[in-house]
Amino acid sequence: MKYLCLLYIDEALLDGLHAGTTDQPGAASDAFTSLLDSRGCLVAGDQLQPSGSATTLRPRADGLAIIDGPAAPAREQLASFHVIQARDLNEAIRIASSIPAARYGCVEVRPVRARTLPPANEMR
Amino acid sequence: MAVGPATPSTINAVVEAIYKAQSRRVLATLIRLLGDFERAEEALQDAFAAALAQWPAEGVPDNPRAWLVSAGRFKAIDRLRRTRRHEELLATLPPDPPAADSVETAADILIEDDRLRLVFTCCHPALDADARVALTLREVCGLTTEEVASAFLAKPATIAQRIVRAKRKIRDAGIPYEVPSRIDLPERLDAVLRVIYLVYNEGYSASSGDTAQRLDLAGEAIRLCRLLHELLPAAEVAGLLALMLLQVARRETRCDVRGDLVLLEDQDRSRWDRELIAEGSALVTRALSKPGYGPYAVQAAIAALHAGAATSAATDWAEITGLYDVLLRMAPSPVVELNRAVAVSMLRGPRAGLALVDALLERDALACYHLAHATRAELCRRLGQREDARRSYERALGLVRQAPERRFLEKRLKALEAAR
Repeated sequence: MKYLCLLYIDEALLDGLHAGTTDQPGAASDAFTSLLDSRGCLVAGDQLQPSGSATTLRPRADGLAIIDGPAAPAREQLASFHVIQARDLNEAIRIASSIPAARYGCVEVRPVRARTLPPANEMR
Repeated sequence: MAVGPATPSTINAVVEAIYKAQSRRVLATLIRLLGDFERAEEALQDAFAAALAQWPAEGVPDNPRAWLVSAGRFKAIDRLRRTRRHEELLATLPPDPPAADSVETAADILIEDDRLRLVFTCCHPALDADARVALTLREVCGLTTEEVASAFLAKPATIAQRIVRAKRKIRDAGIPYEVPSRIDLPERLDAVLRVIYLVYNEGYSASSGDTAQRLDLAGEAIRLCRLLHELLPAAEVAGLLALMLLQVARRETRCDVRGDLVLLEDQDRSRWDRELIAEGSALVTRALSKPGYGPYAVQAAIAALHAGAATSAATDWAEITGLYDVLLRMAPSPVVELNRAVAVSMLRGPRAGLALVDALLERDALACYHLAHATRAELCRRLGQREDARRSYERALGLVRQAPERRFLEKRLKALEAAR
């Protein structure tokens, strides 16, 4: 199964961590990503720019509104995403718990809906 | 064990008995073979329907359980074949069972493993905590949705919805049907034990409502823990089983004929269940000699000391205080501190105990816990501080939720005022 691991983190805390010299979750994340990559369970993933750089599109009666900022204002914002391939939820949890910055925020593990293609005769 | 001349009514009775004794085992195996709870449940019903239809003519098979498993699996695959999306659905089935299934002993081991898998899946920490309890009682213990609902004073529809949602999550999130790997086992076993203890406590001392004890739930929890202990005899499993047995051994004396609570020191020890106490105490000794024992085993050791004391005065309070120290190091909690304070008051007098309780309340740790105030009231009463005792009883009465406990506190308060 595929799972999406979303890391949410307090951005103020993240700024502090980036500024500090003791712990560099950025570098550690890179190491984690390459580890996952080498084991073949990483489908896609990266760290994100701060939520201040986000743009949200929202449907309105007269078309799409383009809004500055993330979809939902919250203290903890999306900071990285990883799509992983795991045997089951237990394995996905094991992998997700080793995301280096996980202990500074929280990681949501979401199963990816298996794509069900319409039967061949209906496609014609 | 081919059964002789069978009439439909004797067959019905045989099938019913097999359902009672084996249906959870058959279900657990069908879930593994079919990879889905709903499918397995349908298959289970189909298998027993087939037994009722075929056994009167063919006789009861030598191994009814194996017959039911294979009939259920066959019916389920048949059902899938008849659906429009059959190819896609058949592809979701787990691979064919290994050939070892045909060998009786290997199959038996596998089937016991299936029951353990079922326990771990139903108690998975990724499921909602209430749903874990409902699902375990429904799937592992075989209680009906109505029975689970009445035990938790909930509507059957609420419980049914909780169970459906949990099963959907098991399927959609890919919660595996397996005994966790060695690295994850301690943590996951802890989650299972927590579910069992929750069921037990709900039965032993209902958190709200009129009766202090609902025995059926406590019994289910013990049955479940016995099963777990048979399958996985880890130290904490033995510890929890011992703890529950030692508490249940005193159940007859915990309340008087009017349903009012009786304090441990006033209970009629001759009516304690010696057999359960012996079994519980032996389990404690075994648990404490194994690596990895924890809070359940230590609490059971404390319960064993209480149960083993011939009279209240003969209780080994020094040993109990020491065990509470161990427990506090393992699992620090204000409630454990409160219990330790009671032990200290028995060992060194009420003044020493009161100092500990006051320190706890000062930290605001248990300000909303009625038993903290009730304990304080009791210690003040022993010290002759009547006004303090009265205030604390009143505070406890303002917080208590359970009717028998309320009556108990009211009685204590009345006695205090009468003694003036």
